[in-house]
Amino acid sequence: MSEVQFLNVHKDFSGVEVLKGINFTVQAGQVACLIGPSGSGKSTLLRCVNHLETTSSGTILVGGRMIGYEVHGDRLIEAHQKDINKRRSRIGMVFQSFNLFGHMTALENVMMGPVKLLKVPKAQAEAEAKELLAKVGLAERTGHYPAQLSGGQQQRVAIARALSMKPDLMLFDEPTSALDPELVGEVLDVMKALARDGMTMIVVTHEMGFAREVADVVAFMDGGVIVEAGDPREVISNPQHERTKAFLSKVL
Amino acid sequence: MTVTERTAVAESRPDFAELASRPVLKRKRPGQLIAMVVVGLFALMGAYILVTNPGFGWPTVAKYLFDVRILNGLLTTIELTVIAMILGFVIGLVVAVMRMSENGLLRGVAGAYIWFFRGTPLLVQMLFWGFAAVLFPTIGIGIPGGPMLVEWNTNDVLPLFVAGILGLGLNEGAYMAEIVRAGLMGVPAGQSEASHAMGFSRMETLRYVVIPQAMKIILPPVGNETISMLKTTSLVIVIGVGDLLYNTQQIYARNLQQIPLLIVASLWYILLTTLLSMVQSRIEKRYSRGNVLQVRKA
Ligand SMILES: Nc1ncnc2c1ncn2[C@@H]1O[C@H](COP(=O)(O)OP(=O)(O)OP(=O)(O)O)[C@@H](O)[C@H]1O
Ligand SMILES: [Mg+2]
Repeated sequence: MSEVQFLNVHKDFSGVEVLKGINFTVQAGQVACLIGPSGSGKSTLLRCVNHLETTSSGTILVGGRMIGYEVHGDRLIEAHQKDINKRRSRIGMVFQSFNLFGHMTALENVMMGPVKLLKVPKAQAEAEAKELLAKVGLAERTGHYPAQLSGGQQQRVAIARALSMKPDLMLFDEPTSALDPELVGEVLDVMKALARDGMTMIVVTHEMGFAREVADVVAFMDGGVIVEAGDPREVISNPQHERTKAFLSKVL
Repeated sequence: MTVTERTAVAESRPDFAELASRPVLKRKRPGQLIAMVVVGLFALMGAYILVTNPGFGWPTVAKYLFDVRILNGLLTTIELTVIAMILGFVIGLVVAVMRMSENGLLRGVAGAYIWFFRGTPLLVQMLFWGFAAVLFPTIGIGIPGGPMLVEWNTNDVLPLFVAGILGLGLNEGAYMAEIVRAGLMGVPAGQSEASHAMGFSRMETLRYVVIPQAMKIILPPVGNETISMLKTTSLVIVIGVGDLLYNTQQIYARNLQQIPLLIVASLWYILLTTLLSMVQSRIEKRYSRGNVLQVRKA
């Protein structure tokens, strides 16, 4: 499992600064929940971790190694695409909109990474994929296409797909926000089991119950900065900052 | 409404219970009948002319329909269609991917390709390839400005058939590029993003994720392009490739039976386009069945 360190991370989109110096550490094996109002930069921060977004300055270390960049003299320079891809393959990402590959069955979605990237023999990859799908409660749905699955089932396949690459770190960007309320629980249950297994997780979420129950640390973001971070019982139940109080009074 | 008016309405109310027991009549549509008569008359006139005007030369049509020169030309037409479409598709794919590249130079080259080949008439391009042998009497591999290492005579390596394929295929590539591009852009961005997040490169993402899904969008217009290409191949007559129309011309140039021979060619063209349309609607039906799949089963 990998520790994640954000060191003074800045990010701007054509001059508009959306991350304004993020300093934050997620210990290996911990679950960190990012909460905060829309537009506060949660997704952007998460996407910087696997370099889906570039940073303008600052560094992110995953497992103590910089990601997306390498040192060049006294400056940082973007790393080789090959190296970035290699690092990404060990970081699972789960999206709000599932993003399962529409032309592949659940099983094929979960097999694809190991077969094409890790060169795992097909039979072995299939056995492992079936095991993963069983783990997320979808042993009966391996032959279904994404369009034939409910949102909750799709998201669980997406989690299995991410796990198929045996990641050291899992990133979740509002994994339950696109789900009907009665389907949220089944996805959160899978995530809880993952947390119990000791997976390092960074979860952007609006599910305060989940944050309170599962997170080791909660960070409240607003306007591109982390306003406060710490023990979930502290941050959610007893926030110190006005902005946190205002936000929580709206979502709780 | 006043009270008296209301009673009047009530009184004029038909007996629905009684009516319900009787079958419903179909309303007569005189317009349909008139249309039938008019169309029928024209069809009759057409048929009468076709049969009685000796200029159509039906016996001649029958005589040449399976003439070996016609069949050879037909084969050439089919070959031109298939090869030009394959060439066009490959070029279209490459140009479309270049057009969406992060590299500005590649984007520019792709844009220029489409700009040129869509901006000039195909007939001109065809003539150009026919005369290319004049423009470059020899082609070879060598050092620019220096000596040639290998050299060929253009007339040997660029037979007219190849010139025809180039004319049709390069032009088709420009149109195909736009079709492919629309298909690639039709695949939601989240698909590529998920693939990149897993560690797939841009090329792997295109190959495994984007192109297979873009095919659904690309295939129907490719069907139209193929049908259109079958007819467009006839332009090769300007450079003397022996396709269906060229061989037809050769025959009527000697026996002067222009109309019957053009009918022969038309019959073959229409047979092939009809067959292609049938194949196309099969394929489209298969894909619309795929779309029923997209409807979420709860
Ligand atoms: N690709 C982009 N180009 C320009 N601006 C962007 C881009 N992506 C995000 N932004 C801007 O950056 C800011 C932070 O966006 P981000 O998506 O990180 O917010 P968020 O906290 O995830 O919000 P939400 O809860 O709505 O998902 C927003 O103001 C957004 O408009
Ligand atoms: Mg977001």
